[in-house]
Amino acid sequence: MIRRDARVGVLFALPWIFGFLIFLAYPLIASLLTSFTSFSVLRPPTFIGLQNYNELFHDQVFYQSLTNTLLYVLGAVPLTAIVAIGLALLLNTKVKGMSIYRTLFFLPTLVPMVALGTLFLWVFNGDYGLFKQAFLKVGVTPPGWLTDPTWSKWTLILISMWGCGQAMVIYLAGLQDVPVSLYEAAELDGAKSWAKTMHVTLPMISPVILFNVVMSIIGSLQIFAVPYVMFPGGAPARSAYFYTSYLYDNAFQYQRMGYASAMGWVLFLITLALTLIALKLSEKHVHYESN
Amino acid sequence: MKATTNPAGSHRRDKKLQHVFAHIALVSLSVLFVIPLLWMVSTSLKPIGETLTNPPRWIPSHILFNNYPDAISYGSKELGYIPLLVYARNTIIITILAVGGAVLSNSIVAYSFARIKWPGRDLFFGVTLATMMIPFPVLMVPTFALFKWLGWVGTFKPLWVPAFFASAFSIFLLRQFYRTIPMELSEAAKIDGCSEFRIFTDIIAPLSRPALMVVALFTFMGSWNDFLGPLIYLVDQNTFTLSLGLQAYQSQHGGTPFNLLMAASCLVILPVVIVFFLAQKVFIQGIATSGLK
Repeated sequence: MIRRDARVGVLFALPWIFGFLIFLAYPLIASLLTSFTSFSVLRPPTFIGLQNYNELFHDQVFYQSLTNTLLYVLGAVPLTAIVAIGLALLLNTKVKGMSIYRTLFFLPTLVPMVALGTLFLWVFNGDYGLFKQAFLKVGVTPPGWLTDPTWSKWTLILISMWGCGQAMVIYLAGLQDVPVSLYEAAELDGAKSWAKTMHVTLPMISPVILFNVVMSIIGSLQIFAVPYVMFPGGAPARSAYFYTSYLYDNAFQYQRMGYASAMGWVLFLITLALTLIALKLSEKHVHYESN
Repeated sequence: MKATTNPAGSHRRDKKLQHVFAHIALVSLSVLFVIPLLWMVSTSLKPIGETLTNPPRWIPSHILFNNYPDAISYGSKELGYIPLLVYARNTIIITILAVGGAVLSNSIVAYSFARIKWPGRDLFFGVTLATMMIPFPVLMVPTFALFKWLGWVGTFKPLWVPAFFASAFSIFLLRQFYRTIPMELSEAAKIDGCSEFRIFTDIIAPLSRPALMVVALFTFMGSWNDFLGPLIYLVDQNTFTLSLGLQAYQSQHGGTPFNLLMAASCLVILPVVIVFFLAQKVFIQGIATSGLK
């Protein structure tokens, strides 16, 4: 009986077993091996040892794209988390029209990245953009959102805020699971709204926060489409040139597949490291309900 | 009862104040979130002379519905075909195949993880979850080389065939749902002589329609909006998807007229928005459950 169960179980899982082997395990190992070679797809790879990694660590563009990406992660992850949690908390006060607000905040996440990039290209346009005009109206001269190297990343970080709808919905679900009895107990102790938020709500949804933040780190590290559309070539002065942009260019513009694979593995290790750091830092602050 | 303070009264005032504050904050934030989209719609209906004005013009002097047919046929003379319609057809083909493949494969794989015992299952499930941390760029080169070797570069196959091999995220989502269905149902059916496959197709799958809808919706959105995949694998302009085509419009020699570009953007977004409104409840619940419980 158990033997037959096992056979059926593996049979049912077969699509994923193949998918896992062909589209995850194989490429992951192959890219590690490729990273030790010089490979242009047209010619077979030749083994060059650690040369790609050696070159990578002396490559100014690599460092620039990495710094840009880490700065973007550092800005976008907290911003989207704070906005998403804030919105969810506001919606959770059981205001009238909750589902309408929820829809409005969610709507931008449905817009394809390319359309979003195209749209924001004109929202931030230096001559006629909506933002420019709004700033001028209140008497502030806005920075060159798209043309100033110190501002281009901030523009993208700001844009990331429009994509926080999905996280907001997840937070909202988490908030609705917080038992009412905890709030009642806090009220008996004389806790005001702020104290309740800090000492009841946030600890109770901390596992959801951790999940969202980790997913957001992994996603932000791979930012590609919006800067590809808004800042061709990472202009101005490569200030909007990101890790995946450089990896893509190495693989498909310069035909340096080995070098791109080395970059891929470095990105993988960075992702792992940042995820582990997030898990470690959160250990003391994340509260899991014991079952 | 002590008469020092009136906790109930102050509490009620507190609540009221809180609601007023919440409404003000929500209204101003939703304006911020929706303004770019409203501007897109408004611009898509403007004559070209009114797209770049100072101050911006919100209501066009006359509404040009003609921008939409113009956007669709833009560039058709040089190309000899109507690009936006060709892009739409390509996107629809890829999306339908991807959604079908994802629903088929994930539903059966998740069934195995949730309702059949086999050695190594839980370990493999843990590994499956961990793969969600692997960034796509690290897989990009070997995957491209593989499809190149198969002769699939320039075709739609790299964009939909992988969907037939399930994905970690959808497996996870469906497994969570399947586990909420009582095991007694399966056991009773087994006693009646049902095979595992019959239990899956006749009992579990029909009960799981909402969860399967969620997987379909996520795959639909991912496929419809995908940019990097088509950018890597599609070569000829007449095989482009809407996302890729929109980018081509945008970057073409001196750029497409802005009002037409916005009309095209509206058309690309429209199907996703319609699907969202039709399936809003399923959508929101699905995302909510993906937040891990």
